[in-house]
Amino acid sequence: MNVDAIQNGIVIDHIKAGLAFRLYNLLDLDKLDCPVAIIKNVNSEKMGKKDIIKIDSEIPINFDVVGFVDPKATINVIKDGILEEKLSIDMPLKLTNVIKCKNPRCITSVEQELDHVFELTDKNDKVYRCLYCETKADI
Amino acid sequence: MRSLIDIVDLTPQEIDEMIQTACDIIDNPQKYSDSCKGKKLATLFFEPSTRTRLSFEAAMYELGGNVIGFSEANSSSAAKGESVADTAKTISCYADIIAMRHPKEGAPFVASKNATIPVINAGDGGHNHPTQTLADLLTIYREKGGFDNLTVGFCGDLKFGRTVHSLINALSRYSGIKVVLISPEELKVPSYIKKNVLLPNNIPYIQTTKLEEVMPELDVLYMTRVQRERFFNEEDYLRLKDSYILDPAKLTNAKKDLCIMHPLPRVNEISTAVDDDPRACYFKQVLNGKYMRMALILKLLEEAKL
Repeated sequence: MNVDAIQNGIVIDHIKAGLAFRLYNLLDLDKLDCPVAIIKNVNSEKMGKKDIIKIDSEIPINFDVVGFVDPKATINVIKDGILEEKLSIDMPLKLTNVIKCKNPRCITSVEQELDHVFELTDKNDKVYRCLYCETKADI
Repeated sequence: MRSLIDIVDLTPQEIDEMIQTACDIIDNPQKYSDSCKGKKLATLFFEPSTRTRLSFEAAMYELGGNVIGFSEANSSSAAKGESVADTAKTISCYADIIAMRHPKEGAPFVASKNATIPVINAGDGGHNHPTQTLADLLTIYREKGGFDNLTVGFCGDLKFGRTVHSLINALSRYSGIKVVLISPEELKVPSYIKKNVLLPNNIPYIQTTKLEEVMPELDVLYMTRVQRERFFNEEDYLRLKDSYILDPAKLTNAKKDLCIMHPLPRVNEISTAVDDDPRACYFKQVLNGKYMRMALILKLLEEAKL
């Protein structure tokens, strides 16, 4: 399968297979009007299978979102068809207004103006909990 | 501004100091009878409560202070759609300290971030209830003389029982504690309590479904009610509500100095025949709750001055 190389934009690489759509949705990439490619299940020597997202535009990327969904993903910044920068990311300690708490008893379920904040409580097991009710986030 | 939202907001040293204050209040009530003269406690209870609200009110009156507030959401501006943040800001203009109960988890935390006076979490849904834990700790201290080297059994609803989670958290900071978790399979303690509290603090624990088998080991038995309001499904509640009923027969092989506790209200999980047993401490727990709330109000108002 061929997906054209991009001239100026972002490539999110080494995404764990199956997580590209989650990342696409949380990064609000559906709202872009530039070409965006999701490539699933690409063969990878290191990972076996991986997903890739290519964005044909120099948009700001919320690193916290990428770090939350898959901290092992890499962000490549492409300028004039050349890799200008390769960025590794880490899991964010705090995540604000990226995901919503699903606990129907949480105060955020009734007070719409509150920020939805999750904090990293267990880095090894990648556990985020709601700041208000401590409910575990679904990744 | 210092508030109390979760029991872990207090260090073990602070809890020990509050226990000493509470013991001094018990011994010398007159000494504290004017301590909060001219101060007002606002009890903001967005859901019904008998024990906790009256305990806070009694505590403030015994410190010489006054109380304002409401006891259900319908009689507050919440019925008009006011946010918790706005309520907290408003009440800060009238009172010196807030005790808040709210059915939504995290509401007292939101209040504490917006109030200019201390906020005490008096229970937020199934989440935290730190002043119940303070009552529990004073009871254990007074009955057992301390916390070290105790074997504490928790029985009943260990999944939704917020008092259980808070007390396990608080006790895990003392040495030599052993925990026995007695519950039906469906109401076992959440795995994060084991992973984040028991294991990192090297607290030995066992899980069982049979109360009688572990009874002889226990220094403290903490019974809980299976709470109807925590279930989304009425069938599950009905199936599990009578899982454990403590009666005199079950206590025959218990230690002579066992301390039987319950956060109350009970439904039928402790037979009234146990009430006259000298090991029954659950009504002492209620009284201890008032003393610890007095100690807490004193502490937070003192710190608010600084």
